[in-house]
Amino acid sequence: MLWGYSFSDLTSIFVMQSFAGLILFSVFLLMALGLAIVFGQMGVINMAHGEFMILGAYTTYVCSQVFSRWIPTLFGAYFFIAVILAFIVAGAVGMLLEWGLIRFLYRRPLDTLLATWGVSLMLQQLFRSVFGAREVGVQLPDWMMGSFNLNETTQIPVNGVIVVGLTFFITLGIYALLLKSRWGCQVRAVMQNRSMAGAVGINTEWIDRLTFGLGCGVAGVAGAAFTMIGSTSPTAGQQYIVDTFLVVAFGGTQSLGGTIASAFSISQARSILEFFLSGSMAQVIVLLTVIGILMLRPQGLFSMKVRR
Amino acid sequence: MATESIDKISAVTALPDITLDIKDLHVAYGASEVLHGVDLQVGRGEIVTLMGRNGMGKTTLMKALIGNIAARSGNIILDGKDITHLPSWQRVKAGLAYVPQGRMIFSAMTVTENIESGLFVRGGRTIPQKLYDLFPVLKELGERRGGNLSGGQQQQLAIARALATGPHVLLLDEPTEGIQPSLILELARTLRKIRDETDLSIIVSEQVLSFALDVADRIVVIEGGNIIHQCSRAEADGEQLMRFLSV
Repeated sequence: MLWGYSFSDLTSIFVMQSFAGLILFSVFLLMALGLAIVFGQMGVINMAHGEFMILGAYTTYVCSQVFSRWIPTLFGAYFFIAVILAFIVAGAVGMLLEWGLIRFLYRRPLDTLLATWGVSLMLQQLFRSVFGAREVGVQLPDWMMGSFNLNETTQIPVNGVIVVGLTFFITLGIYALLLKSRWGCQVRAVMQNRSMAGAVGINTEWIDRLTFGLGCGVAGVAGAAFTMIGSTSPTAGQQYIVDTFLVVAFGGTQSLGGTIASAFSISQARSILEFFLSGSMAQVIVLLTVIGILMLRPQGLFSMKVRR
Repeated sequence: MATESIDKISAVTALPDITLDIKDLHVAYGASEVLHGVDLQVGRGEIVTLMGRNGMGKTTLMKALIGNIAARSGNIILDGKDITHLPSWQRVKAGLAYVPQGRMIFSAMTVTENIESGLFVRGGRTIPQKLYDLFPVLKELGERRGGNLSGGQQQQLAIARALATGPHVLLLDEPTEGIQPSLILELARTLRKIRDETDLSIIVSEQVLSFALDVADRIVVIEGGNIIHQCSRAEADGEQLMRFLSV
């Protein structure tokens, strides 16, 4: 058969790599959602977004250490506490950053790019000083270590299922928040026309701060999920930021659906190609395909059918 | 000569019950000053039409009032409160509402959401029935996206959105632009109806003379960043006004 694999082997490979791709998809999606909301509303390209993810990952790490040392009886449940803490910590630092720096740089995209890049370097050094330059890994509780055996060649890891489920609920939550809540209505108004939103009485400064905090908080949750598939180091965020930008550019910033579809196709293509080719070849092929599609559709995958 | 006539007229038409008081307002884009000290008072329930050719400062005055452009000097006082340096949303909270040139509705949001966007500032939750009484078509179009409405429908939506903020003073910048003649007449009637029902003060900038004469209690002509002529509707001289408007 193909490349010496039998048909049932190929099916197993396909299923397992797809699932590995799903975990990657979860991280990409959570990262891209935060980035897309912040970029869509404020036009801010947050180069430090990857560091917010790592902030969430370190929060999860600290949480696992604290639980294993002082409250080992509850260790099995630490991950869920860590997710909430990662959201709160990354979100709070994000709001602080918006208040202290970003709000002075609106409508100056180049300056924000440089400033947030500087922030990312500062955060990396902070991580290095506090946690050391070496990678740290979190310990998983026993019940999250195993895998579901679908048949003798196909195995689905339990922690992967949890990450995918978590992502599903967070995406659903953001979707509901943006489209159904009063806050979401104001966010969308500011996204479309900042000065007009102010002129109908929306407190744009406060909405900006909350939105930036939400974007960073979701990146923190991505970081908590990230601890399941990789080890945390001060610079690990940088490897993800480029892919995240790719997802946002490919999906278009106007719709959540575009972001989801784009994160899905990119992560799946990466994961399945990586098995057959080398990692860098997979990256090259995905990049070329995305560039090709963006040349035909500069507005991204999905865009709204509306006059502007 | 122009200055004399202003003094005489403002002495005649100044109302005891002033809602909006603009004092010596200077506005500049960077180094180039566009408004050179505008003084204008608007009484409660008064409709003032701002006339003038393109580039004379009408839109700039509107933007400065709502806070999209900062004033260089001077004061804007609304119901006795100085709002000159407040951000837009706080001016809306103080009682200003704005319908910009080109309407600027939120095109990707539904009609209902567009109106609701004006409710937040006062914490309102449901759209008042009186808005639908004024613009029944907005109820039928509720779920349509704002950007897919016709120009006239968008204009009604923009006005409804502004009224949802519960204003004392409504600013309308060139509302007749791109609207068919029959609807222009309707618009004048609607504006006067809103004023009669709610005692709202309205400043409307306009280039269409017939609309201005239809809707206004007082006509103010702005040229080169200064107010050069004012008259009440009764004493308005169409030919004289035409001369101010012709190039």
